[in-house]
Formats: sequence, structure tokens, C-alpha cells
Amino acid sequence: MHSFEPTLPWLIVLLPLLGFALNGLAAFVAPTRKALPALVAPAAVGLAFVIAVVNFLAMRAAPPLAPVIVQGYSWMPVGSLQIDAALQLDQLSMLMTLIVTGVGFLIHVYSVGYMGADPGFARYMAYINLFIFFMLVLVLGSSFPVMFVGWEGVGLCSYLLIGFWFTEKANADAGKKAFIVNRIGDFGFLVAMFMIFANLGALDFATVFAAAPGAFPYAGAVVTTITLFLFLGATGKSAQIPLYIWLPDAMAGPTPVSALIHAATMVTAGVYMVARTSTLFALAPLSMTVVAGIGALTALFAATIGLAQYDIKKVLAYSTVSQLGYMFIGVGVGAFSAGIFHLMTHAFFKALLFLGSGAVIHAMHGALHHTHSKWDAQDMRNMGGLRKHLPITWVVMWIGTLAIAGVWPFAGFFSKDEIIWQAAARAVGPFHTWFTVYWVMALVAAMLTAFYMTRLMIMTFHGVSRLPEAEQQHLHEAPAVMWVPLAILAALSVVGGWFNIPEEIKRIPVLGWLPGSPWVHEWLQPVTRTADAIFGAQVGALSEASPLGGGEVAWAVISFAIAVAVIAIAASMVLRWQYRPALESPEPAGLKRLLWRKWYVDEIYDVLVVRPLVGASRWLWRWVDDAVIDGSVNGLASGSRGLGWLSSRLQTGQLNTYAFAVVVGVILLLAFVVL
Amino acid sequence: MVQYSLWLSAVLFALGVLGVVIRRNAIILFMCVELMLNAANLAFVAFSRVVGIDGQVFVFFVMTVAAAEAAVGLAIVISLFRHSESVDTRNFNLLRW
Repeated sequence: MHSFEPTLPWLIVLLPLLGFALNGLAAFVAPTRKALPALVAPAAVGLAFVIAVVNFLAMRAAPPLAPVIVQGYSWMPVGSLQIDAALQLDQLSMLMTLIVTGVGFLIHVYSVGYMGADPGFARYMAYINLFIFFMLVLVLGSSFPVMFVGWEGVGLCSYLLIGFWFTEKANADAGKKAFIVNRIGDFGFLVAMFMIFANLGALDFATVFAAAPGAFPYAGAVVTTITLFLFLGATGKSAQIPLYIWLPDAMAGPTPVSALIHAATMVTAGVYMVARTSTLFALAPLSMTVVAGIGALTALFAATIGLAQYDIKKVLAYSTVSQLGYMFIGVGVGAFSAGIFHLMTHAFFKALLFLGSGAVIHAMHGALHHTHSKWDAQDMRNMGGLRKHLPITWVVMWIGTLAIAGVWPFAGFFSKDEIIWQAAARAVGPFHTWFTVYWVMALVAAMLTAFYMTRLMIMTFHGVSRLPEAEQQHLHEAPAVMWVPLAILAALSVVGGWFNIPEEIKRIPVLGWLPGSPWVHEWLQPVTRTADAIFGAQVGALSEASPLGGGEVAWAVISFAIAVAVIAIAASMVLRWQYRPALESPEPAGLKRLLWRKWYVDEIYDVLVVRPLVGASRWLWRWVDDAVIDGSVNGLASGSRGLGWLSSRLQTGQLNTYAFAVVVGVILLLAFVVL
Repeated sequence: MVQYSLWLSAVLFALGVLGVVIRRNAIILFMCVELMLNAANLAFVAFSRVVGIDGQVFVFFVMTVAAAEAAVGLAIVISLFRHSESVDTRNFNLLRW
């Protein structure tokens, strides 16, 4: 059997960078010409995807047991520390590359339609090309520093794209918020990196993961601290409690950006990072429990907020936070392949839902623009009954909704169920009580997910239209360049789950009738096997039954039934509620208001963090800088000036005075010499 | 003899200094400076009686320099007078602070 040889691996990374360079040039030279960016940007990512597929097929023919390192050049040779700009191709990075370039390509194509009329089109295309480049550096980097370059780069692109329409102050502020909150997480990543170097003397993945099991005792303090700091980095990038607050505001950016960066790819970087460093996390059971706990808490908490939002993108944003929480439950309980699998299916159906909401907003915006209406194009209270105007969008968004709600046979059923089941099955170690709690939280969050997504669909597409007649005339379906990517993503949202069907599920009479195998799990085996071995040795065998009894099959059927029931109940409830257009609606009251205002978390952070920080900064500015530092410098200056003024009084300008001074001086000198 | 000459020289020099310090008229100041130079000359001549001809030679140098100095100085005084119709040094104090 021949071994896996990468084909043009650097081109995967460099093509989007080239696209960025060309589009960036176009944005400077001829920002009004749109033909070049419309061609170059999707082509660069599409070609990268083709090369990635070629490499993927080669890797599938001969799966390497150890990651294949593609050397670039020596980046930082500092004594014993050698950091190379090198790529690491293994099963995990290959899968991520496929997701990033594949979903990225579809969203690039969609963007050509969505952003075509925008005056900043070339700049936009340059930014998302740059984003793809940095995201690929992140997933393909072979060491922590290279990964960190990508990590920071995607943060930069996220900032640039959230504030893409920067003439509105709110958008610029949202960009700044994302950037600053991410800095807190990056601090954790950096500290973890320093600690790894201090303890192991290396920063490339191969050396670190080979040395870690021998260097760190199981559940030791050092490895626990390292992994907790790594996870702090992940909470920033992947929008988990307590650093999730930037993601809902990030919806200020163009909708394809929300789909690509703030749903499908960048925000999953934290999940990827935990899976990549699975060896370290497996050594720190406490950190794993924290990861799963934060994930469960975020999944539940964000889902409750999603119940009461009116902005269609805000619902999807909180849904993303919630789904990211699921991924962290997955990697936190040790089911790394389940977490990555949910990352993959989520990339499909959340990109679909966001792009679908983009098509809705596109139509609403166009209609409202025609009549110069001041209504909000994103507020679902202004929608309703859009089904007959946007039939394709309606169908694909229902597919996305069924997928995220976990309805068989759509993608989310397999991935979310896998995570929920793993939380139950892995409740065997020293922290099993916690895991049981997480399992229950995940189940409740799954019900809430089905509820808020159904509410979104009913409010947007069903019932009577709340849009005035005049605007309804101008509603139109998205052009083909937009709906074709939607259709492809919809197809992936249906079949995406079949890539990983556990053997137990396949044995169920009706539900098991599907082509597919536990492929993702087997595919990622070489990457997670060290972590799995540590688990096997330290924690022991997985549980066969959930804490409430019932095995995997039983709970798969139960959660399917729950999802269908919740969708049916939610649909009938929301259809009966009478909504009025946003401008005529009273503010929600009671519990609804609490959820609508997002549990007042932004306000609480404002009081606890922002105001004290601004106050302290103001004090430092007014007192320490203005009074102490400037005061001492200015004081020295004016003191010298005063002395100068005093001594200048000796200069009278009178010849006789000077002559007298000379005489006195001579007499004194003579007296000194003689006496 | 030398001693008397030196006393005279010292008295003349002191008078010159006194004049420079207390008088305000620029021309008088010049004359006082000349007085001091000639007091020094007298001292040179007096010493030459004791140590040899060198002192007398020095006197010629001093007179040359004094002549040059007087030429420059008087020129300055004349242009001062042209500028402000006065040679009183109290009027010329531009070079203070």
C-alpha cells in the first residue's frame, strides 16, 4: 500500500491569498468595476476546494496514521525552539479544509448575488478571500504559533466584515466589541502557549502531543491550567459563556458574512482547537468537565434568548451560540468526533439558514426600498406569509429548520443526537453527576431549539402577511446565483448526517434504513486515538444505558419524537398568536421581556466590566497622566523657565554694570592669587 | 625711580577703571580705556629699566592695538550718535534679557 502524498498543499492556502491580493488591488484601482472580483473571489476558493478534494481522495485511499507535515520555511529559529511555517495534513485538518473551502465557495457565489449592488463589492470580496486564507492557516497550521496566526487573522477579518458598513456607528461599534472580546480569549491562548513551551520546550503539534502523556501526570495541575487557558481562548472565538456577547452583535455585518464567519467556520475554530489538542484535554478531566459544562450552559442559555428575539438574524445568532454549546458538550465529554461531526452538519444547515434569511432580508429590503418605507427589513413582526413570494427560500429554510431541530433523516438528528447520547454514555467517570446534568440540559436545549426555529419559520413564512399591499407587490424571489448555493446546502443538510450513522441506529427498523456508516468517527480515529486511549485507561468503559435507563436506540427514537412534537406544538401556538408590525407592537412584558432583553447580560456587563474599566481609564487619564506625569514634566519645564527669568534680571544692558562686574571679578581673582 | 613710576601707573589705571565704571558718556569711556592702556604702557616702560628692552617693544604693540581699537570704537560711537543723536550709554541697553 502506497502512502499518502499531498498534492499542491500550499496552493490550497495561497489561492485565497492571491484572490485577496487581486481583489484588494481592484478595490483600490477600480472599486466600481465588479466583473473581476465577481470572478476571481469564488474561483480562488473553488480551486482551493478542488485541490482539497483531490487531497482528500488521496488521503482516503491511504489514510496516514500520523499527520503528514508539509514543510514551508523556517519561520522562527530561536535556539532550541524551531518554529516552521508548515502545514499539517491529517484527517481532522482535511475535513475542516473541505468544510471551509466547500461551504466558503458556496457562500462566495451567493455573495456575488447578495452584495452585487454594494459600492464596496471589491473590498468585501477581498476581505472574505483573506478570511478563507487565514481560516485555512488556522486549520492547516502544524504548530501552535502558526495556528495562532490564523486565529488572529480570522479575528481581524471578522472585525473588518462586521464593520463593513462602517458609516453606521452601531456597525463599527459591533466590530470593535467583537475584536475586544476576542482579545480576552486570545490572552488565554497565548498564556497556554507559553505554558506549553515552558513545560515541553516545543510548540509544534507532533512534538507536544507525543511528549504530553509522559510529561504531564493524569489530572495534574499544570495540564489542567494549560487546557483551561486554551479553553478561555476557545470561549472567545467560539462565543461561549462568558465571552459570547460579541456574536449576536456581529450580525451587523452583511448576511453572507454571518453565514460564513459567524456560523459555519470561524466560530467553530474553538471546537477545532479543543479537538486538535484532544491529547492535552484528555489528560485533564476537570478541564473537560468545565468545557462540557460551559457548553451545556451556553446551549441552554442562548436557546432561551432565541425564543424571544424578533430580528430574524438575532434568532439565528443565538441559535449559533447554542449549537456551538452542543459542540463543546461533545468535545467536553470526550466524544471529539461527535463534536467535529456536529461542527460539520452545523456548517451546512446554519449556513443554509443564514443564507436563507439573507434571501428573505434581500427581498424585504428591496420591497421596502421601493416604497421608501422606514420599516425594519429584518424584524419578523413585519413579515408573515412570505411563503407565496419566496417559495424556494421557504422550502430550503424548512429543510434547515428540520435539520437543526433534529428531525430524522436530516443532518442535525444524527449529529446532535450523537452528542446528547455521548453525554449520557460518558457519565461514568469521577464527574458523572455533572455529565448527567449536562445531558438533561442538552435535552431541554434541543426542545427549545425546535421551538424557536419553528417560531422563526411560522412568523416569517406562514400566516397572514403583515407587510402593506404596496410593498408586497415588490417582493421577489432571490436570483439563481443566490438560490443555487441554497439548494446545494439544503441537499447537504439532508444527507450530511448520513456520513456518521452509529451501528446501533442502523439496526432500528425504520430509522436505520439509510445509506451511511459511522464514517466520520472512523475517519477521525487516527487523530483522537491518543485521547481515546487515555480515556479507556483512566475512565473505563462507556455506559450502555442513560442515567434514566434506555440505551442509544431508545433515546434516538425519544428525541426524534420530542422534536416532532415540539415543532407541531410550536407551529400551532405561533400560528394562533396575533403579531402586529414592529412599529405598532408594544414592548414585550414579563418573562418575555427578560428574554427579549437577553437576560440583561449586556447591561450587567456594562455595569460590572465596561463602566469600571472606563472609570478607571478616565481616572488614569485625568489623574495619573494629566496630573502626575504631565504635571511633573511641565513642572520641570516651568521651573527651569522661572530660574532662567530670575537670572536674566542680572543682564541690565548697562555698560557700567558689566564693567563693574568685570572689575569686581578681577579684584576677586587677584585676591585669590595673591592671598 | 621704578617704584614711583609704578605707583603713578597704578593710580592712572585706577582712575581709568573708576571712569569706566561711573561715567555714562561713550567718548569719556573711551578715553578712560585709553588711560588704562597707557597706565599699562607706563608700567612696561618702567619695568624695562630693570629687565631690559622687551618692555619698550611691548609698548609699541599696545599702542598699535590701542590705535586700531580707537578707530573701531569711535566708528561705533559715531554710528550710535547718528542713530539716536546721543552718546549716553544709558540709552543703549538693547542687549539685556
